[in-house]
Amino acid sequence: MTTPTLPARRELPPLGPITRLKLPRQAERTLPNGLTVIVVRRPAVPLVEVRLGVPFGRAHLARGALLAQTLLAGTERMSALRIAAELQKVGGGLSAGVDPDRLMLSGVGLVTGLDRMLEIMADVLTGATYPADEVATERAHLVDRIEMAQSQPSHLARVALLRRIYGRHPYAVQTPQPDQVRAVRPAALRTLHAERVHPNGAVLVLVGDVQPDRALDAVERALGGWRGDGREVTLPPTPPLEPGPIRLVDRPGSVQSSLRIALPAVGRTHPDHAALQLANLVFGGYFSSRWVENIREDKGYTYGPHAMVEHSAAGSVLVAGADVATEVTGPALLETVYELGRLASLPPGEEELEQARRYALGSLQLGMSTQAGLASLTSAYAGSGLRLDFLAEHAARLAKATVEDVAEAAARYLAPARAATVVLGDAERIGPGLAVLAPVESEPAST
Amino acid sequence: MAARRSRIPATKYPVERFTLDNGLRVVLTPDRSAPVIGVAVVYDVGIRSEPEGRTGFAHLFEHLMFQGSENLEKLAHFRHVQGAGGTFNGSTHLDYTDYFETLPSNALERALFLEADRMRGPRLTEENLRNQVDVVKEEIRVNVLNRPYGGFPWLTLSPVMFDTYPNAHDGYGSFDDLESATVDEAVDFFRRYYACGNAVLAVSGDVDVAEATELIRRHFGDVEARPAPVRPDFGEPDLTAERRQSYTDRLAPMPAVASAWRVPDPITDFTTYLAYVVLAEVLTDGDASRLVERLVQRERTVTSIGGYLGFMGDPFDVRDPTALVLQTHLPPGGDVDKVLRTVDEELDRLATDGLTDGELARTQARMATHLLRDTDAVLGRALRMAVLEQQRGEPGLLNDLPRLVGEVTEEQVRAAAATLRPERRASIEVIPGGAR
Repeated sequence: MTTPTLPARRELPPLGPITRLKLPRQAERTLPNGLTVIVVRRPAVPLVEVRLGVPFGRAHLARGALLAQTLLAGTERMSALRIAAELQKVGGGLSAGVDPDRLMLSGVGLVTGLDRMLEIMADVLTGATYPADEVATERAHLVDRIEMAQSQPSHLARVALLRRIYGRHPYAVQTPQPDQVRAVRPAALRTLHAERVHPNGAVLVLVGDVQPDRALDAVERALGGWRGDGREVTLPPTPPLEPGPIRLVDRPGSVQSSLRIALPAVGRTHPDHAALQLANLVFGGYFSSRWVENIREDKGYTYGPHAMVEHSAAGSVLVAGADVATEVTGPALLETVYELGRLASLPPGEEELEQARRYALGSLQLGMSTQAGLASLTSAYAGSGLRLDFLAEHAARLAKATVEDVAEAAARYLAPARAATVVLGDAERIGPGLAVLAPVESEPAST
Repeated sequence: MAARRSRIPATKYPVERFTLDNGLRVVLTPDRSAPVIGVAVVYDVGIRSEPEGRTGFAHLFEHLMFQGSENLEKLAHFRHVQGAGGTFNGSTHLDYTDYFETLPSNALERALFLEADRMRGPRLTEENLRNQVDVVKEEIRVNVLNRPYGGFPWLTLSPVMFDTYPNAHDGYGSFDDLESATVDEAVDFFRRYYACGNAVLAVSGDVDVAEATELIRRHFGDVEARPAPVRPDFGEPDLTAERRQSYTDRLAPMPAVASAWRVPDPITDFTTYLAYVVLAEVLTDGDASRLVERLVQRERTVTSIGGYLGFMGDPFDVRDPTALVLQTHLPPGGDVDKVLRTVDEELDRLATDGLTDGELARTQARMATHLLRDTDAVLGRALRMAVLEQQRGEPGLLNDLPRLVGEVTEEQVRAAAATLRPERRASIEVIPGGAR
């Protein structure tokens, strides 16, 4: 038996009046040493979120990765174990990571432990010693982690896509090779730290149950003595996307193929950005999009297709990705190109644009509703030289974008003719099906 | 260093509970600090309840609950939630299945309408079923079959530890079982388990209690009253001899091993159980924890280690039987026996010598941070309270968890460690078959 399809008897309730975006209380100060500090108050739970971003573009890949793993491995005053225990004592924790633009030191703790967390941060930022034993340990673990990643299809597809779209730009390779990591010595880490871990140009974001002005004073007390005048390192802008043949990367025996399609995009402040974001949503950037409804809900080719605009200091790019069953690789790519082409050629419908617009505006509200969300957002914005008040500006642009604006953005950025496409999968099984759609160039799976 | 305790803070989220005439239990927890709401509906059915020969059915059914309902076409649910600025999802656990949304607060009535509509009945059609079987197969490929360590250890350790079908079978399901599923079976599953009396609705965030109560009565009041089915006893005897199995993962580049020990009943013996929750963190939370410090940092016999309660990693939403799980990844050529021996040694040391000065207090302080962080998200609050209501009739326990964790004593942690003996342990080892 099936549930009979009855005429709808109940009406969908309307939405209530929209709540205006309300920015939380915040304060900002740039210390004499060049560190910018932004404090945002959200007292919901008695915690404080910490995000420190230090400019790190063009840092040596293997040394940078290992520096992030060993920044908290010891100082003149404290061993690695002591640092970990002292942070834990105030309910806190810190971890460091790198991306092509920034070294990030992130954490969270009980707000009563803020001063102690700042003290420990100051200690590692000004006096990390990179002890030989700890460096050897973390080096071995990092090698293991990289080798582990190299067995993951998502990682391999990402590596191949970056190489395909960035060519000779520093963004082209973002994971070091195991041998490069094995060659790093503690002295090289100390040198890199001295050269690059500086307050000048760095941004520290605190979000939580804090009084902004008092928290600024606390940061100034703890980190005012962090010195160094790091030279400015700028990255050249990313090269324009070069369309070309489908790049097929072989992963023999793969039961799924990883499709990755890169398209041109613009930065957060570009006048096209809001319209591009809406065009991307209509295409595939959320569940209720044409692409997801087509290849998942209609055809069952995939579980979780995704498309988003990725922003970096040197440029932005739109990446659409889906992992599809090996036997439907060609058909899935065909539908993808069809949906991109359809939106680039024909304007979206009024109602589907309104739906995407309400989703985009709602996402801004949801993103600001937790301490962790606010901290990540504030820190990401600061990385682009923006502040939270840009949210209101962005919301206004999203609200104003017309069908014509979105159609224009789609024609400009989502056109399949502009795409760079990488497919990772079992080349023998999927090659012929891809070759009927477009020229294919093969590359063996490398890491 | 002096062991000065961090004071464990508490939350004071208000809790309103009531039950509709049709048996639906409701929990409201208002908080006007941001203009957003969380809505969660939790049904008391999970992986343990699926029929024999139908592995993966509870999860497949979760997918079917999104495929349209009495007044909603296929795709309508997604569009209405996201078109209101919200996000949605659902997930299938051992003992429950949840459905949830986070939305701007002006969409409260819409969210209630959507949940009530599928509580009355999803559109169970052949077409929807076949489509979602395909989608679930891709989900299994992406999360299990096409990646190294797929399903480790949640799918691979349960069958070593348990003997009965409900506890031991693969919750994602075999392709054969999924492909054999029928619409009639789905209809029957819905009738049996998706009853008002078997569900809890929780709403958190920017709501007015009186108004929300009125809207809930309006939308859910006339959902057909059906009682909860009798939940069978899934109990199994504890192990009396060590169990150990292994399998080759053709994609894995390095060895891995996970072990589990049975723990006290999380519902009826909560106080004793909590000591195990704290013990897992004493052993593995951060670089200053016992096993990380020794195995990862000092001896480098493992690359990473994690310890947690429940095969799905949430200590507060599972019923008996459950376990404390330790999972480790080893470096190339790592020695699994040696790792297991070292863990035994550390457990002995803990049981015999107790904890070091301040070790327990700092572990409890960070546990409080994690609990508080989870509840800062309005949806985290709704989901957690819904499950606490369903399994314990005590949604307000959410406010007490940081304090209760902080009250666990050294003696209790030592006693818990003393029970983790090799003869009560089940382990699964991954033998790497991946090219390096």
